[in-house]
This record gives sequence, structure tokens and C-alpha cells, in this order.
Amino acid sequence: MDQAGGELDEVVREFLVESHEGLDQLDRDLVALERAPTSQDRLASIFRTIHTIKGTCGFLSFGKLESVAHVGENLLSRLRDGRLTLNADITSALLAMVDAVRRMLADIEATGSDGDDDYAALVARLNDLQEALAPTAPDAEPRPSLVDEVAERTASAAVEEAFEQEVVVGATSAAPNGHAGGTAPQATARAAEQSEAHSSSVADTTIRVDVHLLDKLMNLVGELVLARNQILQFTSTQDDSSFIATSQRLNLVTTELQEGVMKTRMQPIGNIWAKFPRVVRDVAIACGKQVRVEMDGRETELDKTIIEAIKDPLTHVVRNAVDHGIEAPEKRVAAGKPAEGRLFMRAFHEGGQVNIEISDDGGGIDPEKLKQKALQRGLVHPDQLARMGEREILNLIFLPGFSTAEKITNVSGRGVGMDVVKTNIEKIGGTVDIQSKVGHGTTLKVKIPLTLAIIPALVVTSGGERYAIPQVSLLELVRLEADQARRAIESIHGAPVYRLRGNLLPLAYLSRELGHESSTEIATRASSASSDAVNIVVLQADGRQFGLVVESISDTEEIVVKPLGKQLKSITSFAGATIMGDGTVALILDVMGLAQRARVLSENHDRSIAEDARTDRASEVGTGERRTLLLLGMGDGGRLAVPLDLVDRLEEFAPDAVESAEGQQVVQYRGQILPLVHLADVLGGTREPRGSGAMQVVVSTHRGQTIGIVVDRILDIVEDTLEIRRPTRRHGLLGAAVIQNKVTDLVDVHGIIEQASPSLECAA
Amino acid sequence: MAHAQQLSTFYLDGLHFGIEVEKVQEIIRYQPTTRVPLASSVVEGLINLRGQIVTAIDLRARLQMPPRAGEALPTNVIVRVDDGAVSLLVDEIGDVVEVDEGTFEPSPDTVGGITRELVCGVYKLRDRLLLVLDTERAIQGVGESATGH
Repeated sequence: MDQAGGELDEVVREFLVESHEGLDQLDRDLVALERAPTSQDRLASIFRTIHTIKGTCGFLSFGKLESVAHVGENLLSRLRDGRLTLNADITSALLAMVDAVRRMLADIEATGSDGDDDYAALVARLNDLQEALAPTAPDAEPRPSLVDEVAERTASAAVEEAFEQEVVVGATSAAPNGHAGGTAPQATARAAEQSEAHSSSVADTTIRVDVHLLDKLMNLVGELVLARNQILQFTSTQDDSSFIATSQRLNLVTTELQEGVMKTRMQPIGNIWAKFPRVVRDVAIACGKQVRVEMDGRETELDKTIIEAIKDPLTHVVRNAVDHGIEAPEKRVAAGKPAEGRLFMRAFHEGGQVNIEISDDGGGIDPEKLKQKALQRGLVHPDQLARMGEREILNLIFLPGFSTAEKITNVSGRGVGMDVVKTNIEKIGGTVDIQSKVGHGTTLKVKIPLTLAIIPALVVTSGGERYAIPQVSLLELVRLEADQARRAIESIHGAPVYRLRGNLLPLAYLSRELGHESSTEIATRASSASSDAVNIVVLQADGRQFGLVVESISDTEEIVVKPLGKQLKSITSFAGATIMGDGTVALILDVMGLAQRARVLSENHDRSIAEDARTDRASEVGTGERRTLLLLGMGDGGRLAVPLDLVDRLEEFAPDAVESAEGQQVVQYRGQILPLVHLADVLGGTREPRGSGAMQVVVSTHRGQTIGIVVDRILDIVEDTLEIRRPTRRHGLLGAAVIQNKVTDLVDVHGIIEQASPSLECAA
Repeated sequence: MAHAQQLSTFYLDGLHFGIEVEKVQEIIRYQPTTRVPLASSVVEGLINLRGQIVTAIDLRARLQMPPRAGEALPTNVIVRVDDGAVSLLVDEIGDVVEVDEGTFEPSPDTVGGITRELVCGVYKLRDRLLLVLDTERAIQGVGESATGH
């Protein structure tokens, strides 16, 4: 076993555990069956067990075991169909078969193969019984009744504890009862050796425990922790040294117990991934493709129940990716890709969720094909389809009854597909998203809440309460002393920013976002002479950074995420709650939700897509409201503004990073190709001569299309009321507004993106 | 028709309320809660019930009654709901009362407002009236506060 490959090892181990369980059940069922020989339920149960063993060992290439199980299964199927009636003879033969299976399992565990023993006699015997159509006793030889046999077996089991070696002899000789003749003594000797060598088998070191029991244990441990904490508090008032020592020990043991119980529920995602290379290999061979599997983050831990729930959906996605995503080698070579496709699986914790990404570098999903298919099947109305953005079109794949496979293969494409994946993921509170680029591949992103998962978190205070921030979102901590803070935190018309290594970091005040303090109170406090140091927690959400100002920062702690009741689910600023060491409850901040609330990130893209179908773009930028705006400077001294929530990121690119594709300037950006548009060109001006300096680029996404707008200068980020005073017909602009008492042109970001991406123009 | 039912009773602002006894998981004395910012004012906070996070709802606030006066601490009536448990904070706990279906009557039309919405009806006890609280409704619609910042 040890020398076997890790993947096989895992599969075989599981097979052994399952089979051992199955065999124990089989023993009980066979005995019960003799009392009620016609019980269909029992027969069906026995049949299933043997059938499972046969199926799995066929898959794992244990031919001998398979052949024995196969004849057993045949015999059982006749019994089940009522063509044979169970008698002592058949029962003995079946029990002999069970013992033979057990012996082979022991061999597999010890040597990795199903042994050298010859089971031809047993197979023949089982076959004979199956042929004997009349259930009369076919043999004059007296047979022990099952009851005797069971008695013998039980007796031998009793001796087991005392004389292990004896037991095996007893057990084996009891079962075949001379019929399996030649094999018995030989096997007995071998089994005896093995039982000495491997005193604990796989089945002995693993047990299956009801998850509910674990839940209960976890709650009890929680209570124990509280009691422990109270005792520790009491201890501090005592000076009896032996009492103190005892409570210290109680402290340590409780902590370890708590960790242990928590761990019982957690499993690395690698446990389910381990099967995928094989699945991929089989599917790839079946479709004549070459696929390489790469994995990252297999140690990411997930709650047991979640692992179980995502196993099937993920398997389906993986099969799909190989079957439909990755092209045949010739096609790949023709498209200039390596013949071997790549399937990349990644798992990581982010924003209080577990993210799983499965990407392939295959042909991608053709939105046109999806559209046709959806129309053909009558899943959407043509008008509806015309209004859909690229992302929405891709999501059509999740509609029930949707299958893009042009031909139905035995692997996938039977119409039950992605909708089931989506339903199953959503059932556990997760989300599925799909991104695809024709010719480049498809990425499926699954986000699962980590209900019950243990995560490291930073504990901060605001308004006298403690809050936990999942560490995955945490980038760094910045502490500014009072006088330093007064200078370093610049308030641009109400929108506070901090220059973090030269980049503007938008700030959000936790106390304000949670309604403990108003902006004015914060401003008054900050400007007062007695103000305290400022703690900034630099966080990341959706690929962007912002700073969260908190009252104080305590420590990092491992916390258990517990769900909030459904009364509070609508508050997106919280991801759940946890119980702190002292037994009080602390809320866990949802960094993403908080960032959206504080408007330091852009609004949901979906929403803007839905909206801009109805509203014209000038009103879409939200005139009349206070907006956070990015101010840009043009070569001729003109000022331009872009609403910050239309901006994904601000980037700098070296001029030599610019390449050219299809006559357009592009840069490689986060594994994608980012088309560049010079704002000066769009507006008909002249580009400011830059020389070798870095290009300032505003990255923005509209209808799934991301482009980089090259600007001359990024001036500032301000918050101001946006009101278009003078509409314009000039291309690339929405109109002029007065921002900070200066006339500023508003850039029509969406218009520029649409013009730069012809595929969007027809959709618009 | 004389089907008897047991109600777990409690007091709120001088009124006598009852909840079907099967719905009540347990009654525990007051414990400090963790405030939930942004939640509606009806949500008193969160409590730790043996490792389970339970939302505590201030029933006085829910029924739009004046806030509890003085030093008196409320009591947690833990009721079972689909996804766990919810605590209802009440002034004082009463007895478990056995009521007769025959004495039940829906709230008269003159009862208005929030009370009408959350009280399914009244049992006419010998010496006073017992209001039956519709726990599902009392717990529903306790989401985010309408007032943002």
C-alpha cells in the first residue's frame, strides 16, 4: 500500500473501508435471511452490497476478486428473482464467498494485489448452485445448518481477542466447510502471517461518525470553553498553587479538545480533488484528448457537509471541461496551442468564502451558439436575448434543459447538466459564475460560504463592540499617530483618502458604516487636538483595495463562523458571527458587503447592465447625486472626470509593455489581453508626449468587456454632486459639469468601451 | 370541541401574552447581548446559547410599546424556528396555562395596528384576557433597519 501512488492509495483505502462495512452487513443479512428466506428487502440489500464490491473492484482491476463477486452476484440475482429458494447449501456457499472476499481484501491491504490464492473451486461451487434449478438438496453429504455455522463463527470471534492467530484459522475453516478445499489451509497460513504483521487494518483506524454527533460535540465543547474561562477568572483570585496548576491543565486540555473536535469536521478539498486526475484521464481517453490537470490550494479546508455537497457538481464540471471545453489535439495544434490541454483547479479562502475555480484552456463558449441554442429550445424570448450582455448570455448555460454538446456523448450532454450544478451549489448557499473567451477557454467560479469553517480573523473594535475581519481579505495594517494622521489623511470633499506608498487608498470608517458615528462626528474628532492615533486596516475586496479605519486592533484569532439567523441575513455587512473566548458573540464583517456599503468599490456590474438597457448613459452616471469621481488631467490643461464606480482599477504600464493585436494596442494584464484606448485619440486631441514614462491607465469593464483607457494624468479622487450643466454631442463625453468649482468634462466610459469592442455595438 | 391547549405565558407592559408551549424551547434569564449595528431597532442583539448564535428580539419594541422602564431586566423566551432558535425578550414570565378552545375569540375589530397583526386572538380567562402571540409573524420582517446612513 505504501509504495502505491497517492491517488490510488486513497481510492483503494476508501474501497477497503466501504467493503469491510459492507461485509459486516452481509454477514448479518445472510443470517437473518435464513430465518426468512423470501425477504425481498434483505435479498436486495445483499445483492447491492456484492454488486458494489464487484463494481468497484472491477474498476480497480482486482480481477480475481471481481470474478468471485461476480458468480456470487449471479447466484444472488436468481435468488432475488425467485428462481431459486435459499437453503442451507446456498447460504454456506454465500458465506464462503464472503470469507473469500474478506481474505482477498486482506491481501489487497497487505500487498496491493488480490493475492495468489486460487478460488476456482469456490467459483465452480457457486456456479453449480446457480445451475441447479430445483432447490432440492443436491448432495447426500450432511451439511451443517447455518445455525451451527454461525455458532462456530461466533465462537471463533470470541477467541479472537485472546489468540489472534487461532481466530483466523477458526474462521476460515468454519466457513468453506471443506468445499473450498485446497484454498483454505494455504490462505489460513497467509492470513495468519498478515494478521501478525498488520495488527490494525484500515477499517480499524477509521470509523464513521454521524455529523450531527460532531455538531453536538462541538456545542458541548463550546460550553466547556465557557466554563473553563470562568474557572480561569476565578483562579486569578486564588493563590492555592495546586489549584492553579490544575486549572492550567484544564485550560490546555480544553483548548486541545476544542481544536480536535473542530478538526473532525474539516477536510481539505484535496480529498475530493484526488479523484479528478483519474476522472479526467478516463474521460480524456474516451474522447481522444490529452489533458493535464494542475491543482492549487488543495489544502483549503472545507466543512465535511460542504465537501460532500460539492463533490458531484465539481465532478460534473470537470467532466464537462474535458468533454466539451478542451479541444481534440489536432484542433488545438491548428489553433496554435499545445496538443495537451490544461485543466486548472484552484481553491482559496477569500472574503469569508471558499472560492473554487475550474478553468480550461479549451475552445471557450461561443455566445452566438448559446443564443441560437436558447432560442431553438425556446428558453428565452428573442427580445430578452437582444438585451442581454455577454455575461448574461454565458449564464444561459445554467438554465434547465440546456446542453451545448452538439452530440450526446456517454460522458455528458444529456441535458441534465449545469443547471443541476448550479442548483446544488446554491442549495448550500453558494454561487456559480462562468467566464469564457472564445478560443481561450472557460473558467467556472464557485463561491461557497464557509459556514462552520474555522478561519483566522483579525479582531477589531468599533463603538465598544468587537468585530472579526476574515484574514484572507487583510493586506496590511497601518497605524498613524494623531498628528501624523491629521496630515496624512486627506479629505477630498468628504471622501477621505490616504496615500499608501504613493497610491490613493480610499478610506471607510467602520464606526460610520455601522452607524455608530456620523461623518461630522468623525471629522470633528479627527481635527480636535486630543485625537487618538488612527488604525487603518487595509483590505481587499473584488481585487481592489480600501482602508477601513477602526477604533483599535486587538489580535488575530481562529474563529468558528456561525450563521446569523435569517432575520439578519439581509444585512450584507456581516458574514456571520462567532463566539469569542469569553463566551460573548462577535459579528464577522463581510468585507465585500461593507466595501459596497461604503461605496469604495463599484456597484454590482449586473445591476448596471440591467439599468443601462433602460436609461440613457447620462442619467446612469447618476447626475444630481453625490458621487465619488476620478479626476483626470489632459495635455491641454483640460479637466475630465470619471465616476469612480465605473473604474475597476488604476494601473501603470511601461510603454514597452504595449503590444499589438488585430491592429489595436494591447497589454498583457492579469493573464488576459487588455485592449488600450487613448483618451486623447477618442476626444480628437493630441497625446501628451510622454517619452519613457509609465502610462496611466484607467481599467474599466462594461458588458463583460474590459479595456484600458490611457489618460495623461490622474489628478485626484473627489466626492461631489454631479450635475451635467451642458450636454454635449462630442464623441466620448457625456457633457460638462462643475466639479469643485471648476468646469470638468464627464467621460462617457461605456460609450468608449462599446466603440472599442465591436461585439458590443450590435448588442447595445 | 373542548380541546385543551397549553400556553406558555408572559407579561409585556401589563398585558398577558401566551405562546403555544410546544414552540418554546426554553426560558433563560437575561444575558448581555452583542448589538447588531444596521439591524432594525427591534433586534436587541445576539446571544450565545450554548454555542448557538441566537437573535434576541425586543418584543416591546416589536409591538411598538414604550421601552422598559427602570432597572428591571427582561427574560429570554427561546422559541424554535426553522433555522434554529430566536429569543423573544419579555418583561416577566407567567405560568403555563391550560386553555379551553371554547374560550377563544379572534381579536375584535377595534384592536388595530401592530397588535392586530401579531396577535392571533384572545383566550377569555376567568379573571383576564390572554393574548395569543403569532410568533412567526413576530419574528418575520425584523430585517435591516430602513434608515441607512
